[in-house]
Amino acid sequence: MDQTIKRLTVGMNSCGIANGAEDLYKNLSQKIKEHNLTVPLIQVGCIGMCYREPLVDVITEDTIYTYGDVTEKKLEKIFEDHILNGNIVKDWIVKKDTFKENFLSIENRTTWDIDDFFKKQKKIVLENSGYINADSIEEYIESGGYQALKKSLQMDPEGVIDEILKSGLRGRGGAGFSTGLKWKFTRKEKSKIKYVICNADEGDPGAFMDRNVMEGDPHRVIEGMIICAYAIGAPKGLVYIRAEYPLAIKRLKIALKSAYECGYLGENILNSGFSFDISIKEGAGAFVCGEETAMIHSIEGGRGMPTSKPPFPAQKGVWGYPTNINNVETLANVPWIIRKGSQAFADIGVGKSKGSKVFALAGKIKRGGNVEVPMGITLKEILIDIGGGTKSGSDVKAIQLGGPSGGCIPGSMLNLQVTYEDIAATGAIVGSGGMIVMDESTCMVDITKFFLDFTVKESCGKCVFCRIGTKRMLEILEKITDGNGTLDDLDNLLDLSEKVKKGSLCGLGKTAPNPVLTTVKYFKDEFKEHIENHKCRAGICKPLIHYEITDDCIGCTLCAKKCPVKAIEGEAKKKHFIIQEKCTKCGTCYNICPSKAIKII
Amino acid sequence: MNLICFEEFSKNKSSLIPLLQKIQEQYGFLPVDEMQKVSEYLEIPLSKVYGVATFYSQFRFRALGKFAISICHGTSCHVNGSVDIAQIFKDEFEIDEGGITPDGLVSLERVACLGCCSISPVIQINDKIYGYLTRKKVDKLIKKIKAGDL
Repeated sequence: MDQTIKRLTVGMNSCGIANGAEDLYKNLSQKIKEHNLTVPLIQVGCIGMCYREPLVDVITEDTIYTYGDVTEKKLEKIFEDHILNGNIVKDWIVKKDTFKENFLSIENRTTWDIDDFFKKQKKIVLENSGYINADSIEEYIESGGYQALKKSLQMDPEGVIDEILKSGLRGRGGAGFSTGLKWKFTRKEKSKIKYVICNADEGDPGAFMDRNVMEGDPHRVIEGMIICAYAIGAPKGLVYIRAEYPLAIKRLKIALKSAYECGYLGENILNSGFSFDISIKEGAGAFVCGEETAMIHSIEGGRGMPTSKPPFPAQKGVWGYPTNINNVETLANVPWIIRKGSQAFADIGVGKSKGSKVFALAGKIKRGGNVEVPMGITLKEILIDIGGGTKSGSDVKAIQLGGPSGGCIPGSMLNLQVTYEDIAATGAIVGSGGMIVMDESTCMVDITKFFLDFTVKESCGKCVFCRIGTKRMLEILEKITDGNGTLDDLDNLLDLSEKVKKGSLCGLGKTAPNPVLTTVKYFKDEFKEHIENHKCRAGICKPLIHYEITDDCIGCTLCAKKCPVKAIEGEAKKKHFIIQEKCTKCGTCYNICPSKAIKII
Repeated sequence: MNLICFEEFSKNKSSLIPLLQKIQEQYGFLPVDEMQKVSEYLEIPLSKVYGVATFYSQFRFRALGKFAISICHGTSCHVNGSVDIAQIFKDEFEIDEGGITPDGLVSLERVACLGCCSISPVIQINDKIYGYLTRKKVDKLIKKIKAGDL
């Protein structure tokens, strides 16, 4: 086995950088210089193991050794032992890929990891993420990139649409509409100017799949857009991306520039006679702009307020031209489908839910990150087998799917299969792919209030029910969490929910009541407990709880010193007590007590 | 300070948001005078310019602090205690989210989601994101902010 080190990489997506990857990269680069090594040091995207970041890869002739949870100190040893002397630091390896010839292509790699995090995953969209240099078009091409474009340009546009139709690909942004059909509608329109828009306005709180794709493999999205443009006959493309993703914007810009230089964009692409341009449009922070018509108004320079359909964007979109809007993940699936054929894609998944789906695991989950799984897998497999269950080891109380448009499913329903239909039957939606895990320390009434608060802030204000109805719903929920709720309030909540659904024009309002409807359906006891017993079992709703110091108090005086309102008294080395009238329930004492002597009652 | 070259932007309505973004990049917020210039250049009434600017959460109408702290209130951050994290900053600097300290050292903003959910709770200070926050980590950050060496 040749153990010569060919390449070193550091995972440098936003999450990796936030975990200290940038300093590691600088440090490693310094060490390489000091030792006059010639091994290349490359920045790559995220393999999805956010919970193990920062990650450093040492790549030899046939193996990728991934070190996880790397600190400056660990890096010293990895550098000394492995990089300089060829001795693997076995205990810190979290993942290992063995490969033949070229590791850039997923077909050549076999992956093992310490947590079985990848065992049940099926990578399509994320096949290159964390392996290739996002800023290098050459590496994307080496991984098999732009082959699908070449293949498409030799096909009829109708043939391309047919492939996408047959694959069964459905919109990954939330609605789950057939991508092939959408393309067909825009293809049908007779217009010299048409637009392809990539919806990169990933606004669902708790979702970060699209960010990872754009930061880790931007060419895949661009290639998907070019193929779409060719299929529907569009000369112009736009990426509408949220301004909160500066790194994704930077990497997309670099990718666009090199795609132009290599002739994949611009006039007469690869001598096919087809021309296509892409520009970037930065969003300015409005959740509602994820809605197609709102996005179009925003691109045109106005307030991003939805308008009624028809006319659909396929008929009358940006500046009145036929427009096809697809989400990042949807477009990122396209090159794979064309390259491997629609059947290969349709073979993955079940029923009407084909292919894979990327989910963002977060919340109280043990292994947070991005996972890509075949459709039809159960929630249990995703959350327990891959995600490792909860951080605290307690049961999963609920999973939130689909963000503010989705709902909360109780932990007792983990055997559910992840398909558009099965999830919709519960009242939640697959949505864009955010999966927030909750345990017993999450209050379901509070989380419902949280989503309503989000909707109230993000409602554009056009429809009365969405603007005022959601506000009234939020007020009812505040009343309940303040301990002033009545059982009638629950009925009013449900009544308003139906009205907001019916009385709103766009998806935001139509789905805003979903979090309420699902939590009241599955966690009614908890609502009743708040109303009838003035009790919050999770200890979150401040007006319903108070703190008390138990006999475990060692009298260290720390709480008394740290209490911002001086509500704790007691002598050193003796049990302290809280003056309830003064206490603001900030939780400072609870969090800092070294002997865990403070209880929430 | 460089003046903004309006001519780089085509003279139509779709330049409005990019222009406002450019101004904010330069000044840190949208000064009224600059919005007036945009209105004249694009021949859009000032009220419309203001209407668009107030619609989007990205635009601000006052400067940020030397340390601009954005507290993420995404679902994952919320579940992992972002309300408490926000409270620590609010108590420490005696300002609300949306406020700025009188000396201009610190401003607090709330953001809907920074997209770093797997390392929640997170905050952003100027351009840098800090994850897995605990009371201890926040106290350390506050100390550094006060010393001005973050």
